Amino acid sequence: MQWETVIGLEVHVQLATKTKIFSGSSTAFGAEPNTQASAVDLALPGTLPVANEEAFRFATMFGLAVNAEIGKRSVFERKNYFYPDLPKGYQTTQLAEPIVGAGFVDLELEGGRTKRVRIHHAHLEEDAGKSLHEDFAGMSGIDLNRAGTPLIEVVTEPDMRSAEEAVAFAKKLHSIVTSLEICDGEMSQGSMRFDVNISVRPKGTEKLGTRTETKNLNSFKFMEEAIELEVERQIDVLEDGGKITQETRLYNGDTKKARSMRSKEDSNDYRYFPCPDLLPVILDDEYIESVRKQMPELPEAKRARFVEQYGLSSYDAGQITMDKFSAAFFEASTKISNEPKLTANWIMADLGAYLNRTEQRIDHSPVTPELLAGLVVRIKDGTLSSKIAKQVFEAIANGEGDADTIIETKGLKQVSDTGALEKIIDDIIAANTAQVEGYRAAAEDKRAKMLGFFVGQAMKASKGQANPQALNELLVKKLNG
Amino acid sequence: MAVDRSDIAKLSKLARIQISDEAADEAAKSISDVLALVDQLQAVNTDGVLPMAHPLDAVQRLRADVVTEANQREMFQSIAPAVQDGLYLVPQVIE
Amino acid sequence: MHQFTIAELVKGLRNKDFSSTEVTQHYLERIARLDKTYNSYITVTPELALAQAKAADRRLADGNQPALCGVPIAHKDIFCTTGVRTSCGSKMLDNFIAPYNATIVDNYLDSGVVMLGKTNMDEFAMGSSNETSYYGPVKNPWAIDCVPGGSSGGSAAAVAAHLAPAATASDTGGSIRQPAALCGLTGIKPTYGRVSRWGMIAFASSLDQAGILSRTAEDAAILLNDMASYDAKDSTCVERDVPDYTADLNKPLNGLRIGVPKEYFGEGLNPQTAAHVESAIKVYESLGATIHSVSLPHTHLAVPAYYVIAPAECSANLSRFDGVRYGHRCENPKDLNDLYMRSRSEGFGAEVKRRILVGTYALSAGYYDAYYSKAQKIRRLIKQDFVDAFQNVDVIIGPTSPSPAFQFGSKTKDPVAMYLEDIYTIATNLAGLPGLSIPCGLVDNKPVGLQLIGNFFAESQLLNAAHQFQQATNFHQQTAPNID
Repeated sequence: MQWETVIGLEVHVQLATKTKIFSGSSTAFGAEPNTQASAVDLALPGTLPVANEEAFRFATMFGLAVNAEIGKRSVFERKNYFYPDLPKGYQTTQLAEPIVGAGFVDLELEGGRTKRVRIHHAHLEEDAGKSLHEDFAGMSGIDLNRAGTPLIEVVTEPDMRSAEEAVAFAKKLHSIVTSLEICDGEMSQGSMRFDVNISVRPKGTEKLGTRTETKNLNSFKFMEEAIELEVERQIDVLEDGGKITQETRLYNGDTKKARSMRSKEDSNDYRYFPCPDLLPVILDDEYIESVRKQMPELPEAKRARFVEQYGLSSYDAGQITMDKFSAAFFEASTKISNEPKLTANWIMADLGAYLNRTEQRIDHSPVTPELLAGLVVRIKDGTLSSKIAKQVFEAIANGEGDADTIIETKGLKQVSDTGALEKIIDDIIAANTAQVEGYRAAAEDKRAKMLGFFVGQAMKASKGQANPQALNELLVKKLNG
Repeated sequence: MAVDRSDIAKLSKLARIQISDEAADEAAKSISDVLALVDQLQAVNTDGVLPMAHPLDAVQRLRADVVTEANQREMFQSIAPAVQDGLYLVPQVIE
Repeated sequence: MHQFTIAELVKGLRNKDFSSTEVTQHYLERIARLDKTYNSYITVTPELALAQAKAADRRLADGNQPALCGVPIAHKDIFCTTGVRTSCGSKMLDNFIAPYNATIVDNYLDSGVVMLGKTNMDEFAMGSSNETSYYGPVKNPWAIDCVPGGSSGGSAAAVAAHLAPAATASDTGGSIRQPAALCGLTGIKPTYGRVSRWGMIAFASSLDQAGILSRTAEDAAILLNDMASYDAKDSTCVERDVPDYTADLNKPLNGLRIGVPKEYFGEGLNPQTAAHVESAIKVYESLGATIHSVSLPHTHLAVPAYYVIAPAECSANLSRFDGVRYGHRCENPKDLNDLYMRSRSEGFGAEVKRRILVGTYALSAGYYDAYYSKAQKIRRLIKQDFVDAFQNVDVIIGPTSPSPAFQFGSKTKDPVAMYLEDIYTIATNLAGLPGLSIPCGLVDNKPVGLQLIGNFFAESQLLNAAHQFQQATNFHQQTAPNID
């Protein structure tokens, strides 16, 4: 049987506010345990929450970015359950009246295919603390620094049909929130966490299969692996005549294995009700418009602008604007070199590969926009062949200086000087009389192929520094006598 | 609405309040009595009435995003039952 | 000295007739000698009180001090006090020392008010008789075998026994007004949002409001001046100027329109209590007020709605007591669930557990609409009754409590009978309105309370009406038989 995969996501996005959603504690990452947990965060008796305006501004920006209706009246509710990382015994969240209503995100997939993923809603809520399980002799240690950090939870419709689509959506979401600067996007620090709802159904049918939820995936790679693994597992179960149990699963990225965490039967009755310590938050049109005006340029708008302003292809512009740091790098470098296409190629190819290999971020790249511009200018003016340019790039990355310094000290300047090239060609013609005769005797249409031999010899003799175009022209001229 | 022992068991689990078998019947009875009192509400027609969560129809004030809290871990943990290395200790959390 | 009202203490301190240290010392001595009988304090803080009195005396010597500087009062043990145990009447918090003050505690500290100690109360303010306190019941100074009312029974007994000139209290369904009635005191619950809830341990957040138990309306006005404030730390606290509540005390009542709700005089009201309330209404008539019959048709639904909303909110508010960060923790928990189950079951008393379970039930899947949502709709109807009534009258008057103080144990077996104690007070909490109780007579030598309900933020008008009544009568000057 042919199976179709159905995927919906719940994404927790930590907002980059300075303070927590309901207290004035810092949200800075990496502090000593419980040093950023105030009386409110610890749920000491008699303490009360007051909502952070920046969290609402960020959530509003997000809503506008995903084409959603902004909840002009949003209400916090209490979601009740006991867990040591949840000090109040309830999570303050939104349910019936969230800040962001239905919206959508359009994805461009490989091969130019597009896909619309609908957002069901997004709501504001507080993050929980952390449980640490090592070193306490059968006990767990609770750190509440993270408790109360503002989150938006983005809930999609079950619109994705493959791991590829789910990952594309996740990347797009990452690009939106980082471009808006409402989230630092640091996946390894848990700034974005994905819960994936997965089910399969016979291709061509409408009814959704029983789904499982794989929780807390914090990298695109793990997300892809976890989805593929779970889809395979579900299909195996169904093809063996079994049934899928609705359950929560955990994927371990190290062992590449997943396991069941709890089934639906043990699931909690959360007893949501409006939080009586907080009042409804009312946002008016004027506020929403003022937020819209302050919004940083979104990836989609930036992409259109890059096509228009720099003449990039839609695909290249999409790649460059996927990440706001790449886009900023591109613009800074192009401003100096005035060579948008070449710059984009270098960012996507050599620079991208280098950063990937060395696990560095483009905004911390040792090859700065200025350094890349210096290189690009020397390629354009013919000083460097593309082959030598790669060599110069590596040297720049190694901190050996800018392009001009490296060209100078290593003597890598391309040889375009006719005199020098003539000498090389004359020597080759003299040393290879048989080949020269063969060439001259050959028909016109065969000659092009035979020319390669002489080009190779000449390049070798010039240590790769011969300007290929000039070399070709001179060779043809001399061989034709 | 009357509650029985199985309801009490469910409530006990949700609220993390232990109720011994001996006390379950009495708890069921007294809670049923309270529910009998509140069941008067069911007779009232409330069509078109909006639920009222707060006595004043006020709206939430929003706080400026400014750090106002300093580290007071030592003081807060001086009243904690079990701490180590700045962490609150609980029996192992199993996920 | 312990017969002085707050107004008299303010005057005496200002005139240097006595020092704050002398007054404080005097009260501490009385508490040490007499409170064994009443059990009105959970914690007495003599050293702190004397240090505060000394500091107040210095401010008094310098002049320019706030009105209340040097006046000693007691705080209900629901208000957090830095460095002093705040138990909320519960074993759960028997070892809890708050690292911060409630806003109202800070407000009084700023004014130089001296704290004598923390008063006894029903556990987590859940009760109408003070019998649910972990620290034992409080005795009513008027009748030692009777309850003082609750949940602010300790504050009421302390003031009635002259173990404090006044005390702070809190009111979720009648917890200030009912003890005021049962102990012959003046008690005011301000409009919801008038006084900050920061540092007041929550029972039911949308109903809780701090207030005052005192001997006179004038004292209540003086104390409310400093208790009320706008507090940015409480989202539900109203940003509104605090008037001088003493300014209108002496306004004549000519033309004051008083509404008498017929629903407050039905079945269940002690006939002698009713007679005193009716006499009090006559007093108002003689003072120039006009009397109007009003209807609050949803009155009978107030107790049922309250016993959904209050338990629901409390079931969540009390989840933080889990034995992890503070408060009671069971010995040697074998796992996480055991830690929660035993810490909470050992730490909470029977009534608190009952309300948590009722609230859990009312919010649970399948019952939310029938109970919680329904009760919130009824709440709106109850508020609307008052809004309609206040179209035509300025103040609503009726009994505070259906009967005078009852004997210990007489209602503990029947929670519903206990809940009906608050039948006349609960609706004002649901509506968020200010309410006040003043003494208006005795039945079997036990006090009867007259309840005045005002419009939103009309505390000045309520206090004016109460003060004028007290100028015309002397019920508020009667003291319990054995109290000198």
